This record gives sequence, C-alpha cells and structure tokens, in this order.
Amino acid sequence: MRWVEYVAFLAILVALAHPVGTYLARVFEKQPTFLDWLLCPIESVLYRALGVDRNKEMTPLVYLASFVAFGALGAVFLFVLLALQPFLPAGPDSSHLTTPMSGDLAENIAVSFSTTTTWQSYGGESTLRYLVQAVGLTSQNFLGGAAGLAVGIAAIRGFARTRCSTLGNFWVDLIRGLLWVLLPVALVGSLVFVWQGVPLNISPYAVVHTLEEDPQTIAQGPVAVLELIKNLGTNGGGFFNANGAHPYANPTPLTNFLGLLAIAVVPAALPITFGRMVGRPRAGVVLLAVMVALFVIGLVVCDSFEAADPPRLAGLGLAGGNMEGKEVRFGVGSSVLAAVVTSNGATGSYNSMHDSYQPLSVLVLTLNMLLGDVAFGGLGSGLYSLIMMALVGIFIAGLMVGRTPEYLGKTITVAEAKLVALHVLLTPLVVLPLTAWAAVSPAGRAGLVTNDGSRGFTEIVFAFASCMANNGQNMAGLDANSVFYNVTTAVAMVVGRFGPAALALLLAGRLAAQGRKPTTIGSLPCDTVTFGALVFGAVLLQGALCFLPALALGPIAEYLQP
Amino acid sequence: MRHVTAQEVQINDQSQSAASQAGVAEHVHAITGLREQIRPAVVGLVLLTLLTGIAFPLVLAALAVPLFPHQSNGSLITREGQIIGSELIGQKFLNPPYFHSRPSAAGRAGYDATASGGTNLGPANPKLLDGAKGSIDGSTLPFIGVWQLAVGYRRANGLSPNVPVPIDAVTRSGSGLDPHISPANAALQVPRVARERHLREETLQRLVDEYTQGRQLGFLGQPRVNVLALNLALDRLTPAMPPSHGNRF
Repeated sequence: MRWVEYVAFLAILVALAHPVGTYLARVFEKQPTFLDWLLCPIESVLYRALGVDRNKEMTPLVYLASFVAFGALGAVFLFVLLALQPFLPAGPDSSHLTTPMSGDLAENIAVSFSTTTTWQSYGGESTLRYLVQAVGLTSQNFLGGAAGLAVGIAAIRGFARTRCSTLGNFWVDLIRGLLWVLLPVALVGSLVFVWQGVPLNISPYAVVHTLEEDPQTIAQGPVAVLELIKNLGTNGGGFFNANGAHPYANPTPLTNFLGLLAIAVVPAALPITFGRMVGRPRAGVVLLAVMVALFVIGLVVCDSFEAADPPRLAGLGLAGGNMEGKEVRFGVGSSVLAAVVTSNGATGSYNSMHDSYQPLSVLVLTLNMLLGDVAFGGLGSGLYSLIMMALVGIFIAGLMVGRTPEYLGKTITVAEAKLVALHVLLTPLVVLPLTAWAAVSPAGRAGLVTNDGSRGFTEIVFAFASCMANNGQNMAGLDANSVFYNVTTAVAMVVGRFGPAALALLLAGRLAAQGRKPTTIGSLPCDTVTFGALVFGAVLLQGALCFLPALALGPIAEYLQP
Repeated sequence: MRHVTAQEVQINDQSQSAASQAGVAEHVHAITGLREQIRPAVVGLVLLTLLTGIAFPLVLAALAVPLFPHQSNGSLITREGQIIGSELIGQKFLNPPYFHSRPSAAGRAGYDATASGGTNLGPANPKLLDGAKGSIDGSTLPFIGVWQLAVGYRRANGLSPNVPVPIDAVTRSGSGLDPHISPANAALQVPRVARERHLREETLQRLVDEYTQGRQLGFLGQPRVNVLALNLALDRLTPAMPPSHGNRF
C-alpha cells in the first residue's frame, strides 16, 4: 500500500504541473485569470501605496537589491518582534515558555524565517507567544515564499527574453505571487486543515485529567494559521517542536498528503512555466522529468531501508519496519514520502524524526539538500538551481564535442560559465568549512548531546546542508540553541538564500541581453531523453565530487560500522 | 550585505557594457535607481505583513472557527463535565485494564503535551537498544531501551518469545504524543484487557475492530486504533476502573 501512496503522489503532482504551470505563466505575464475580478482592485491599491509603477521594469541589479532589501527588512522586523515578545499580549502563559529568548536565538529565528529556511533551534510550544507565531512567522512564511518565487520567475525571463536589459519588477512579481498564488491556496488549504483537526484558537494551554487521572497540559494556539503556508511557501518551520509529527499540526494522513502536495506543486509546475515562457514547452517537460527521476531514486532507497526491520533490533522478535520516531497514522510509507519530499523541497516540515532513520536513508536526505534541493526544490530556487546544473552539463558536453555551449539559443560564454561555476562551488565552500569547524571546536561538539561518532558528525553536516539549502529540517539530536550554532547556521542561511539568487539573477540579466541563436543541426537539442540524462548526470556528478568525503565520514561510516 | 552588493555592481557593470557592445537598446522604462526602492521595501513590508500576518489569520478564523468549532478548540473531549483529553493527543496508560499507548519521549515522564518530541537516538546508539540509567535529557528517570520494552510487553500480555511484537509497541513516536497504536498491537493486548475486565475476548476484539480506522480514502497512511477513544468505549462497556498507580508491566 505504501507504493500506492507514492505513485498517487507523483501522478497527482505531474498531472497538476501542466495546469498550474500554465496558470503561473499567465499570472506573471499579466494575462487574465479567473481571480482578476477579486484581486485586481487589491493589487492596484497596493501599487499605489508602495509607489510602484507596474509598467516599469528593473535591471538585474535593482531586482536583486529589492529582493535583498525586502529580506533584510523582514529579518529586522522579526528580530524586533521577538525582542518585544515579553510585552506581547495573549498566550501562552509565561510559565510554559521555558526556553529563554536570548539575543542569538532571536537573531537565528529572524534570519531563519526571513530566508524561508525556518530552521528551528527551539521548540515552538516552549519558546514563542501566539502573536509571534501568527503575525511574525506566518507573514514571513508568505513573504519569503513569494519573494523566492519572484526571483525564480525573473530567472526564467532571462531565458525567455532577447536583447532586453530588464527582468521584470520585483514588487509586481511579489504582489502577484502573493495575491494570485499563495493567499488563495493557503486560505482554502488551511480550512481543510482545520476540518481535519488542526486547532485555531488563542486559548491557554488546556489542562485535562486523563482517564488514569493524571493531569496533562496540552499546548494550544493558532496552529492552523501556520501549518499550510509553511508547506506552500517551502518554509517548513512548525508551530510545535515535533513539527509535522505533532498530531495537532498534522492530524491525519490526508493533511500529510495535502501538505506534501502543497510543498511540491508550485516547484514542480515551474519547469512547465519555464517551457511556456521560453516558447519551448518540451524543454520544460525534460527538466520536470529530471526532477522526477532524482526524486524517485531517493524515495526507493529511503523506503527500502526504513521498511526493513531495523538490523540492530534483530533478535528481539519485532515486526513492522523502523518505527522509532515515526507516527502510527503515517507508518513507514507516509513518513518516508514526507522525508523525501521535504528534503528535496527546501521545506523543513518533517513528520518523523530523521535522527532515528537508518544511515543510508539519512544519506539520501542529506544528499538531497547538498545537491541544492533541485528535485522540485524551493519556490523559485528549485528551478533555477536545476537550470544551473543543466548549464554545467551543457558546458561539459560542449567541451567534449568542441562547440560553444548554448542552451535555448543562449550562448554560455566564459562570463556565464563563471557564474554557473560559482553557483556550484557555493554550497561546498560554505557547508564543508563550517562542518569542519563545528566538528573540531568544543563549542560545535557541545551540541552533540544525543548521539556521537559518525551519527554525530552526520547531524552537523545535515544542519549546515539544511541551512545552506534554506531547507530548515534538522536531525534534532543536535542541540543547536547555542551561540555557536545560532550564528554559524545563520551565516549559511544568508549565503544560501542570497548567493544563488544573486548568481541566478546576474546570469539571467546576461542571457536576457543576448539575442537568440537560431537552432541548427549543430545545436545541442534540449528536449530529448539524452539531454535529460546529461542534466541528471551533472547533478549527481557534482554531488559526488563535492560531498563524497564528508558523507563517507558520516552516514556511510555508520552504515559500515559493525 | 553591502559588501556583496558592491561586488555585484562590478559584475553587473561588465554585463551592461557587454550588452551595450552588442548594440542593446536600454529598456525604455528600466529602473536603475536603487534609492527608489526604499519606499516600496518599507511600505511593502508593513502593508504585506498586515495582509498576510493579520488579515489572513482573521479571515481564516472568521471562516474556520464557526464551521469547525470542535476542531478549532483542539478536539477536546469531556466526560461528566470534565475535560479528559483531546481526540488527537495521546495519553499515558499504565493500568492493566486499559489498552496501552506507545512509549513516549515527550517530556521527562512521557506524553507531556507541552514538550513534543522523539528520542532522536540513532539506530546504532546503544541507548536505543539497552537503555540508560539516567534519561537522555539528563534527568534522573531511567531511559528504558527497546530490548527491555519488548521483554515488558511480552510479560504484560503473556506472549511467548516467538510471537513477533509489533514494533510500534516498543518504539517512541516522533511527537511523543502519538494517539494511535497499530491494530496488531491492540489485538495482542486484547487477552490481558479481557481478563482484567471480565469480558469475552471476542467481544473485546469486536470493539477493537469497531475502533480501528482504515487507511484514509483507502490508500493514505496506515490502519490505526485511537487508544483514548478505545479506552473510553471500554469504560462505557464496563465500569470505570479505579486508578491504581501500578507499574506499566
């Protein structure tokens, strides 16, 4: 039955890719949609208030600067809100907030939620007031997601346009993404979530007397406000410490399935949007096929290790796969699906504890993030990261046959290749030194409070890979609420958010300025199975070259240890 | 951030000069000034935060709370005027006449619904199998390993060593608040509960079957039994048990 759920998920995702991708193209090319009657008036009011002329477009630098400024202001806003938390009204009672809001924790949360990472070195129910979660975190879930989507669309325009110096208007893309995509889907989806049992209240924590007459205090809150948009915006930071495993956050297999669809639906549709906007629909289909292939391989490997009875518990006469850290309503199937979707989808909303996964399952999840979350990936960032990988493949292929590499009639000259190379090098340049530093410094090793040895090392790699990919999921055995991790993970989050986006926008700017070379017999066809295999190979090749040593010390060593 | 921007100005200058060499006309309406973006950034953050952080939650609440009041308030269950739990949140059951939930790592004593979480122990961590004297968070309660949990489960339910134990019965969930057990786990507890409550095993198994939820929509998730709902039904069937603070096993 697990496989029915896996196949159904992929089938629905692929079936939705075309209509959603077409809809996205219409939204961002300002063509009529069925929601215009409601949203256009709101849109106009917002433009007037912001002082934005919707017909003026931005150069890549201005687009980038707007994106960075908006993100930075969001972080400052969150930091101030967190600093004011003790003075905020409404629950929960201060006695439940046992984690002190230190300066470094506030800094980490502010960076984390404004970069869509939503890495959490705290537990929600023991740290934050309802107002912070509902107003501060929810708004940044929307705004960070929409800003990432805007950059993805601007990157697509680089391939779609010829002899053009602009990539669109960031504020227009931001507002249209919010109004036409995120807000309506979040409203409908959140209603379904409440129906299925996700609470929406500002009551004090409920004190109940259990059947065995023990008191039990149950955390409450406006949970439903956050739980759908955290997925749709590819953020992932949950209301509670256990995130998507918590029965209030993710009460049924249906909320789980819909939440996972919400993560992947827009990123999986963006290749179709890309194909449509560049006028080569099949090129988009090939990119989507590469995403699906990368996704399926990870799913098969992860499933095979989690569904098997844990080898180290053999001899106890147990049956039912690896259920440590997993919920009964999800079982192995819905848990593994969530692990693979979230690790690929730049979304930290895990529904089972990845620290209790088998070593090679963890390898899959870590590698998904180290590869830059390209199988569907984050809102916007998934597509441009995969295109960067495609350009690596094209560049290598061009070198092999001795032709100038080109993609969709755009030439990849030395300058473009440098931007692509920098993009590929960025993750290893950030993740590996930070991991090494954490592994050798007492402050870094102090975080290993649960596991040590190769599992402990994996926890550290996982943390920085997650922050760099703006994913945010963690192997929660690592105690990351320390000055060391709150600062170092924030560095990875900032570089991971703005570095690849900057490179993608600058590359898009250069490509938009080019003309388009006519397709000849000598051009590399970009809509064939061969091309798909080339991109697929480029992704895995760069992953293996950059990260094999680190992975060998972590999950592979753990797997091989007797 | 200033530093990054300065670098990008350089790269961008190169790209623009390359573009102008190629004879590209500047876009008529192109915005090149950075200072013009300060107002949209500041006003945009304020207005869009109001829209998504205040208007959205209020609209959602205005729709959802009247439509689904029970769920909005945490799916709490009352019995004889007293709130005795939530349909969605697991409780600890130690007494033999009740069906037992899974072991839990939430809080020090388990099933602490203000401190959700799992053990986070790796599969090769010796504590997972063998347990530890102090618990993993440094408190004085012992951490019971899977090995000991399996022995205890077999003893409590009178199982011989060659009967396989459903693994959910001896592992801790991710939330520590798992309200469910697997139907196989419930079935193995039927003889014990039947004996304690002087019920026929067939009657009790029928009750378990009645409280077994199938896969949602036929293919999502796993079949499961809500322990609190089942135990409430059990109390309706036979008089409520006096609380005796016995050992789990």
